[in-house]
Amino acid sequence: MQPQGKLIFKGKAYKLGDNIDTDAIIPARYLNTLDPDELASHCMEDIDRNFSAQVEQGDIIVGGENFGCGSSREHAPLAIKSSGVSCVIASSFARIFYRNAINIGLPILEARAASTNIRSGDFLEVNLEKGTIKNTSSGETYNSEPFPEFMQEIINMGGLVNRTKRKLEGNE
Amino acid sequence: MGMTMTEKILAFHTGLDNVTPGQLIEARLDMTLANDITAPIAIQEFRKLGLKAVWDESRVTLVPDHFTPNKDIKSAEQAKYLRDFAREMRICNYFEVGKMGIEHALVPEQGLVLPGDLMIGADSHTCTYGALGAFSTGVGSTDLACAMATGKSWFKVPGSLKIVLKNRCRKWVSGKDIILKIIGEIGVDGARYMAMEFTGDGIASLSMDSRFTIANMAIEAGAKNGIFPVDTLTESYVQESMKSGRRNDRYRIFTSDPDAKYEKTIEYDLESIEPQVAFPHLPENTKNVSEVNEIKIDQVVIGSCTNGRLEDLRTAAAVLKGKSVASHVRCLIFPATQKIYLEALREGLVETFVEAGAVVSTPTCGPCLGGHLGILARGEKAVSTTNRNFVGRMGHKESEVYLASPAVAAASAVAGVISPPDAVV
Repeated sequence: MQPQGKLIFKGKAYKLGDNIDTDAIIPARYLNTLDPDELASHCMEDIDRNFSAQVEQGDIIVGGENFGCGSSREHAPLAIKSSGVSCVIASSFARIFYRNAINIGLPILEARAASTNIRSGDFLEVNLEKGTIKNTSSGETYNSEPFPEFMQEIINMGGLVNRTKRKLEGNE
Repeated sequence: MGMTMTEKILAFHTGLDNVTPGQLIEARLDMTLANDITAPIAIQEFRKLGLKAVWDESRVTLVPDHFTPNKDIKSAEQAKYLRDFAREMRICNYFEVGKMGIEHALVPEQGLVLPGDLMIGADSHTCTYGALGAFSTGVGSTDLACAMATGKSWFKVPGSLKIVLKNRCRKWVSGKDIILKIIGEIGVDGARYMAMEFTGDGIASLSMDSRFTIANMAIEAGAKNGIFPVDTLTESYVQESMKSGRRNDRYRIFTSDPDAKYEKTIEYDLESIEPQVAFPHLPENTKNVSEVNEIKIDQVVIGSCTNGRLEDLRTAAAVLKGKSVASHVRCLIFPATQKIYLEALREGLVETFVEAGAVVSTPTCGPCLGGHLGILARGEKAVSTTNRNFVGRMGHKESEVYLASPAVAAASAVAGVISPPDAVV
């Protein structure tokens, strides 16, 4: 089946370090709401108070190792997604964050060379289908780790709920 | 080729003879869990599936423990959302305030998870139940929603990291010091995507409460699960917990084969481990408490899914007995479940705490995640028996959390500075 949603993202890089934890992404004191806009307004606030004001539609977060470590809160990828970030690139992802991002349809790419070489403010062009990241500021291109077929299927179906729904309806 | 106990549990629940690390499987679940902050999203997603019932109302556990007793109106709305869903779906294992405890102490205590189980929970510390020889791991709300609908979930079979524990702990050293020591060495991503399997002759000397503490913090090394072999101590704990009658199926004991494959093996001599403290802002920033220079503190928290069990409270009471909390320190103690609270009352521990000038609270996750009941102001420092010391974890982003055992936390409360237990007792 053909992937749903947008496959090419253009935006500027927003660089973050290693071990960006879920408390940094969305502090637990705001987990008393499910409202995506409210979550977005507090995204990254304890490590960068200006994030929600400065982030622009389509921006791309570039993290280091173990991005999204800590709690299982799905509010974290939701807050990132609702803040307008188009996708997240990192050297590696913490496993629950990785699952959550795929399940809710926040595009993520594991690409160590990209994470190391991209600088904040670089302009990036990400092709999800090919798994390539083009840094138009430096002219470099990086490849990301391909998703296993099973996960690609979840992504293509627009998230885990859609996939489960299709399975329950017997339309596999 | 042999399999690890983690691989065997995953293979069993998939109906396969064997599985290997990296393999993607869809496995049958024995239990699912969510709390008052993760369940609301899970319920929203579950509704999108258009189902009238969960897969099995006796295998969905809902525990409002994070922002309860309700900390504000929004939290009250979330707790109500959870309660209404539990009623509508006739969920057998919903625990109202008064019966509620911190989920990862409550679930094993109530016999809701058994050896050999495959369990997921929408909370990262669901890995706690590996102490019982179960495979249990944390997931997000959407995974949980689909699991509540189908009784199944997908997994990537993890490779295993073997951690051999030898000999016995010294006085005042417990599970918390062991796991902090390990995380300090391997780092917060040292076991990323892996199973941490604890083994060795040192296990026999570890109480169940210490084993829960160790498995609980496997996630802080990035692990998918932590797991212990089942021994006679595990079985007597489980048989006691099953008296609740909440699970009537038989439990299964899986053991790792001698020729099972591990990505790495690390050994620890328990006797050489000193009381630990993890400095801000990562659990891997560990030091021996004896090497810590005077750090003045404002607050001590003893409790949480990591260290709110009876052994933890007994240790804290042994340190606090006949002493006073330093005048500039607020000492907050949270028994993890109602049962533990009651036992602490009967044993006179609560009396010891109150006489020492500590506060004893009803069970809640509150302060651990900066939710309520013990938030830190700008610049304040806390010693806490909880599991994370990230920036802003317990309050203001310029506050600091030092992670330690109940013994170190209680000693620090008395000394007013981070202190080893034997300096106080």
